[in-house]
Amino acid sequence: MTQETLKPQEKAALIELLYQMGDDDFILSFRGSEWLGLAPHIEEDVAFSSISQDMMGHANLYYHLLEDLGEGEADRLAHLRSPDQFRNAIILEEVNGPGTYLKEPEYDWAFAVVRNYFYAVHKQIRLDSLRHSSYGPLAEAARKIMTEQYYHLMHWEIWFKQLMTSTDEAIQRMNAAIEKVWKDFGGVLTLGPSYAEIVKANLIDDEAVMKKRWTNKMEAVLKEVGAGYPGEPRMERGNGRNGVHTDDLKQALSTLSEVYATNPATGW
Amino acid sequence: MTVGVSFNQLSEEEKMQHFLDRINAGEKIEPDDWMPDDYRLQLIRLISMHGISEIMGALPEKEWVPKAPSLHRKLAIMAKVQDEMGHGQLLLRVAEDLMAPLGKTRHDIMEDLFSGKLKFHNVFHMDAPTWGDAGIIAWLVDGAAIISQSMMLDSSYGPYARALKRICAEEVFHAQHGESIILAMAEGTPEQRQMLQDALNRWWESLIMFFGPKSAKETGNSNADKNIMYKIRTKTNEDLRQEFFTKYIPRIWSLGLTIPDDTIRFDEESKMWIYMDADWSKFKQIVSGNGPQSQNRLDLRRRSYKNNEWVREALAAKKAI
Ligand SMILES: [Fe+2]
Ligand SMILES: [Fe+2]
Repeated sequence: MTQETLKPQEKAALIELLYQMGDDDFILSFRGSEWLGLAPHIEEDVAFSSISQDMMGHANLYYHLLEDLGEGEADRLAHLRSPDQFRNAIILEEVNGPGTYLKEPEYDWAFAVVRNYFYAVHKQIRLDSLRHSSYGPLAEAARKIMTEQYYHLMHWEIWFKQLMTSTDEAIQRMNAAIEKVWKDFGGVLTLGPSYAEIVKANLIDDEAVMKKRWTNKMEAVLKEVGAGYPGEPRMERGNGRNGVHTDDLKQALSTLSEVYATNPATGW
Repeated sequence: MTVGVSFNQLSEEEKMQHFLDRINAGEKIEPDDWMPDDYRLQLIRLISMHGISEIMGALPEKEWVPKAPSLHRKLAIMAKVQDEMGHGQLLLRVAEDLMAPLGKTRHDIMEDLFSGKLKFHNVFHMDAPTWGDAGIIAWLVDGAAIISQSMMLDSSYGPYARALKRICAEEVFHAQHGESIILAMAEGTPEQRQMLQDALNRWWESLIMFFGPKSAKETGNSNADKNIMYKIRTKTNEDLRQEFFTKYIPRIWSLGLTIPDDTIRFDEESKMWIYMDADWSKFKQIVSGNGPQSQNRLDLRRRSYKNNEWVREALAAKKAI
């Protein structure tokens, strides 16, 4: 399908899906950028900031697809929507730890590794599926994103496996992070309330199929590093795809739009 | 060197003479070559300060990464801070090789930074309270860095010269990114222009300080002179500052901005810029860790070093297996 051949309900479903994916990358990229200068070593600062930059680029691609569909300027979509208009999963908006990125950050590297790794595994599955999307421009964007995503997944997988098989303290911290992420990771794995229309329009595979791929992969990886499988990933704080969010998102968005919002009409 | 006499059999004076002949002939010194201790120490001092300044320099701009006012600007400033970290990494590796024979490692560099023994560039101790500051930093601080680093592209120490080649190529993009921010604001609303002018006012004295004092008199420190003798650098601090003025003052004026110095002018007779010198006692205070953001930014790094101790231990344990 192209923009011209989309039926109205297909278009609405496509828009919903693009917001989910754009917002996921946008907000997790922001959390990543808060880590700059605080990573465990300088080499990691370089690698992590490169990943965050790539992810911002991916969000930008999705927002431009939305712009092409008549949703308004990409910059407005990123900077001027209210929190309830965001469709990202709640676990991706969560703060990196106590403090802020400017003052007294007590950031948790185990949480960063687990959240980014779990997300990268899902993102890979999502992109694999999107390559065959019925919407041509989306399939094309997915192929573009895939080349960078491959490296991100590898990066986080190495970290995950290394820390899960190292000192007792590392293993303990990693397990605590897995428990924390698991409580809300179900929110990443869902396509939200428009799920049926999204699948019917052949935009992406069924969420149940993709979820199964994710849980299979996780079961195998956790087994490989000698950890137990925590069962069904949950959605304890609600479904971000419905526009349900925490204060963490509100604060993130006010930082992200601080300058732009002072005058959206002018050039910056 | 005479054929048949091995280098090791030469006296210290002969080795020194051989070394000076090499650098005077424009040869590059490599890490495993013989070098006087003093040369090694000068390089360690210079390169670790440069490397750590790149890393600390990413922090004021980091403040503006999420706040950058468009997706395009967000992407550009993310790319820039990533480059700066990369420069730091590249330079610290050069410094580490030089320190290895002294039994020192990166851990010592970090400890020296935390204790205040290893200083970083004056500009990175300063406040960057608005988006205008992010623009001025990328345009003029990076512009100043290009001028001082280009001078060392032909440094006698091979690994430093090669690292600088790569760094300078990237710095050009940084300055362009900065100039683009500045132009957008200069052509924008009165509020944007004012924000820009305020940022320039804030940064001007720091930019004067960037190149260091005119002579050793002001700091009682002769490292610059020594580095010229060793062909690590080729120009004096004042040469560089004048170059900076010549390149940027006309551009600043053409944007309709005012330089916060009534006395500044080009003197046709001496072919030099006349300007109000910086307060060098203030400079000393700033680089000693008493600038407005010195302790805040050091705290960020100290804190992360402490919080990530378990990660370093975990990685070391993996290596030991
Ligand atoms: Fe740099
Ligand atoms: Fe730079």
